[in-house]
Amino acid sequence: MTLPHPVAGYRPAPDGAHPPLDFPEYRSTGLRAPAQAPIVVRHRLTEVTGPLLAGERLGPSDHDLTTQHAGEPLGQRIVVFGRVLDSDGRAVPDTLVEIWQANAAGRYAHARDNWPAPLDPNFTGGGRVVTDATGNYSFTTIKPGAYPWGNHHNAWRPAHIHFSLFGRAFTQRLVTQMYFPDDPLFAQDPIFNSVPDPKARQRMVAAFDLEATRPEWALAFRFDIVLRGREQTPFEEPHE
Amino acid sequence: MSESAGRLGLTPSQTVGPFLSIGLDWADGPDVVPAGTPGEIRIGGVLYDGAGEPVTDGLIETWQADPDGHFDHPEDPRGAAASSLPGFRGFGRAATDGEGRWEIRTVKPGALPGEAPHIDVSVFARGLLDRVVTRIYFPDEAANVTDPLLAEVPADRAATLVARPDGPGRLRFDIRLQGDGETVFLAV
Ligand SMILES: [Fe+3]
Repeated sequence: MTLPHPVAGYRPAPDGAHPPLDFPEYRSTGLRAPAQAPIVVRHRLTEVTGPLLAGERLGPSDHDLTTQHAGEPLGQRIVVFGRVLDSDGRAVPDTLVEIWQANAAGRYAHARDNWPAPLDPNFTGGGRVVTDATGNYSFTTIKPGAYPWGNHHNAWRPAHIHFSLFGRAFTQRLVTQMYFPDDPLFAQDPIFNSVPDPKARQRMVAAFDLEATRPEWALAFRFDIVLRGREQTPFEEPHE
Repeated sequence: MSESAGRLGLTPSQTVGPFLSIGLDWADGPDVVPAGTPGEIRIGGVLYDGAGEPVTDGLIETWQADPDGHFDHPEDPRGAAASSLPGFRGFGRAATDGEGRWEIRTVKPGALPGEAPHIDVSVFARGLLDRVVTRIYFPDEAANVTDPLLAEVPADRAATLVARPDGPGRLRFDIRLQGDGETVFLAV
């Protein structure tokens, strides 16, 4: 058998940066969070590699959710942009970023979303971009509305955009949500508040950026995303 | 593990929610290899919750080496290079259907240095605030006995990581998020 290739793994997340799986305030975790503790595993080749899905998955309107239909969607046009970095501040280039969101009225174009807010025939709410060589990405979309959900009495999700990122390795895979500054709904939202560290929570909140605003066209929000960084020392598998 | 000064804080994970198909559904998602690839196998099963009910709004993603044990990635010791198997993507993505079923079309990965053939799996769903990760191993694979990850799994739970034969060209891999027969999940 070939000797194991020494591999530098990815650093574990600091305590409080990610939500616990078991978080009773978010009721759907009740039957879905595993009861057993996970087995902590060293990173080997499958974990430090990952799909490098660049431009081949992009359609012409994937970066601009306001141009995917015959007409313009209703709502406040916005640019959402930022940089994807690792925790050592290194850019994460050429990585696929996928987003999905509700329309301006807070309704998803999805068969199972049946709350009585209007659908918008000019808005689907799905988008994709790839970061450039310095990790930058940018979408044009409309500001999603808040929406009610059945989690607790009078529960409303703060306006948010779902984000999915691959990074450069299986270990860097991240699905998150981007929120908007100063949302009065944060205090009652268990999904937002499931992140234990309040500073980490704020990292999910985009910043309004007047400089990046497109005059007489669109407001702009900056959302930088930080994925796990690398351990310095390669790990050598014991062998005999 | 402490965060050293100057290091950037991580962006937290959040649930995919129930409407992930708007952003994450790909028509060719389940095709780790194109239809008609020699040695093609289907691997699939049902995603169950802690009450034994199928999870109908989940997403399964898979990542694996090609049949030569190679990754088209700079970390591969042989360097990044397209697989010798035409159309091999290595990555699979399948949403669960109305019965909680998911399935990918793939080929058996080659063994990696010191490891038995395996496929890494991420599970996303409403109610999962972070993905959960597991691994698919192959039945009747002699190298499973010496696989370093399987060796760390309690013996009475290791079978949850090994797919079962399910007819010609098919393997079954059910995933139980919680409770009886709970799948072994991995912190990566
Ligand atoms: Fe949502």
